[in-house]
Amino acid sequence: MVGDAGSPDRVRAMTILELKNVTLCLDGKRILNDLSIEFWQGHIHALIGPNGAGKSTTANVIMGLSGYTDFEGDVLYQGQSIKGLSIDQRARLGITLAWQEPARYEGLSVYSFIKAAARNRSDSKIREALRQVGLEPEKYLARAVDRTLSGGERKRIELASILAMEPKLVLLDEPDSGIDVEALERIFDALKLLKQQGTTVIMITHSLAVLRHAEHAFLLCCGRLVSKGSVEKIAHYFQQRCIPCDHQELKLREAEGLNVG
Amino acid sequence: MSDNALLQAMYQSIGINPHDLWAQLDVARIEIHANRVLGVHLVQGLEVDARQLDDGIEARILVAKGVRIAKPIQVCFGMIPENGVQRVILDIVVENEARAGVVAHCTFPNARNIRHEMDARLTIGRHAEYAYIERHVHGAEGGVVVIPRSKVHVLEGGRYHTDFELIRGRVGQIEIDVELTGEAHSASEVAARVSGSGNDRINIKEVAHLAGPYARGVLQTSVALRDHAQAVVYNTLRASAPHARGHVDCKEIVQGNAVAKAVPVVEVTHPKAHVTHEAAIGSVDSRQLETLMSRGLTEDEAVDLIIQGLLLKGRSDRRPLGGAYQSEVLPAGTA
Repeated sequence: MVGDAGSPDRVRAMTILELKNVTLCLDGKRILNDLSIEFWQGHIHALIGPNGAGKSTTANVIMGLSGYTDFEGDVLYQGQSIKGLSIDQRARLGITLAWQEPARYEGLSVYSFIKAAARNRSDSKIREALRQVGLEPEKYLARAVDRTLSGGERKRIELASILAMEPKLVLLDEPDSGIDVEALERIFDALKLLKQQGTTVIMITHSLAVLRHAEHAFLLCCGRLVSKGSVEKIAHYFQQRCIPCDHQELKLREAEGLNVG
Repeated sequence: MSDNALLQAMYQSIGINPHDLWAQLDVARIEIHANRVLGVHLVQGLEVDARQLDDGIEARILVAKGVRIAKPIQVCFGMIPENGVQRVILDIVVENEARAGVVAHCTFPNARNIRHEMDARLTIGRHAEYAYIERHVHGAEGGVVVIPRSKVHVLEGGRYHTDFELIRGRVGQIEIDVELTGEAHSASEVAARVSGSGNDRINIKEVAHLAGPYARGVLQTSVALRDHAQAVVYNTLRASAPHARGHVDCKEIVQGNAVAKAVPVVEVTHPKAHVTHEAAIGSVDSRQLETLMSRGLTEDEAVDLIIQGLLLKGRSDRRPLGGAYQSEVLPAGTA
């Protein structure tokens, strides 16, 4: 692993989430490989890496999605293991996830979708959450969260539901995928709001534009932590050594199912 | 119970304050408990001729030619006792160029052994428009047998929309049987949304015949099942005239030990007619479920919300008769 510059002052920054030696195999392939990372409370982090690095898998493990609960190692949230908790139990502790491709719901209104997540279920709060992602409540509240909404609109509505939830830790999987520049700006605005709320953010990305909105970055490749540190350092490393990836040998060995641990 | 007490109980079970309704003099209404008409309020151009039967009511309802009734007619059918039979025979005529809508609330909140049969014959005149929305409220015991049968004839240029909903309380047993014929340039939509649980039995049979040129028709069914409930949906759409267009859509969500069967039949006997169909039976989508659970909902809460959305889809995105009855479309947030 390369360096650890960029870590916050350990006296002031508290660890909110810690992955300890997490190893996950899916279909006989090792997807996460002895991965250990700490995330700090109230900070914005980015997990960056090429396709197949294990970034989304890491988010899925933290959220406890089905198929991602049987792994070696541990996940500690506020010092306690959450390994045996269900998705909703983790959510009630304050952890949530925004998917790369948000789900569509036939017939479920935007209002009901946001309200279901909201900590404060008043109409005014639900409207406020929509405004915070740049959508007019009058135009959207009665619409269904279905295919009549664009991908960008659904991403913003999902983010509105997360803002209304007021979580302690948010996993944002590829927040820029499938959306236009204007929608991306609104998502970055929402990121600032989450930061103001004191929410810890972990962004999953392979985009340098997204990376630059983080405070700390972790570079993953082949399910391993390759480097961590300041955004500038990781951005430089990513540009120089990940495009193309200089861990091809590791990838080939992974593809052959060999133990790379 | 007094008539007034029965009315109060019926309206209370469907969440309506009758005094609010009765204060609206421009809203026509008909209230029937078992075999007695408890209340009728008519508006100009609407005629109701009701006759008491031993076990129900026979009524002829007519909307006179050219009359356009602005607000939906409110009909409340039901029975407050636990046991009994209610048979309703309806002959509904919407004369040429007339326009009306009906919201029928059918309530059996205490049912243990109730049988509700309806035989309706509807004639929608030339260029007339008629929307019929039937909402059922049953008790938790499932002791209801509901048998709504209707034969509908939509004349040239007529528009017909019907929406049957049973998503509160247990179904018991339901046997929906709709037979519709659409003449030239007519437009018809038949929708049913039913949620079954326990050992409920749901049989839905909808047959539409697009008999005239440019006739259009849609049959749409959404069913959610859990526990040991069973449903069979037969949707048949025939098109036998040039430029007739139709679509059959059946969606069923199954959980637990429930069993669903869908049989969409499309039959085209004219080379310039076109009919499509889609049927989907499956469980709740895992991505939808996990998204809601990641917001803190339990699995059961998430499933309920997803199913409510599916079942209410027909309501929230429809505007029967071009928006004339928007008050009947759910307000934001209730889906």
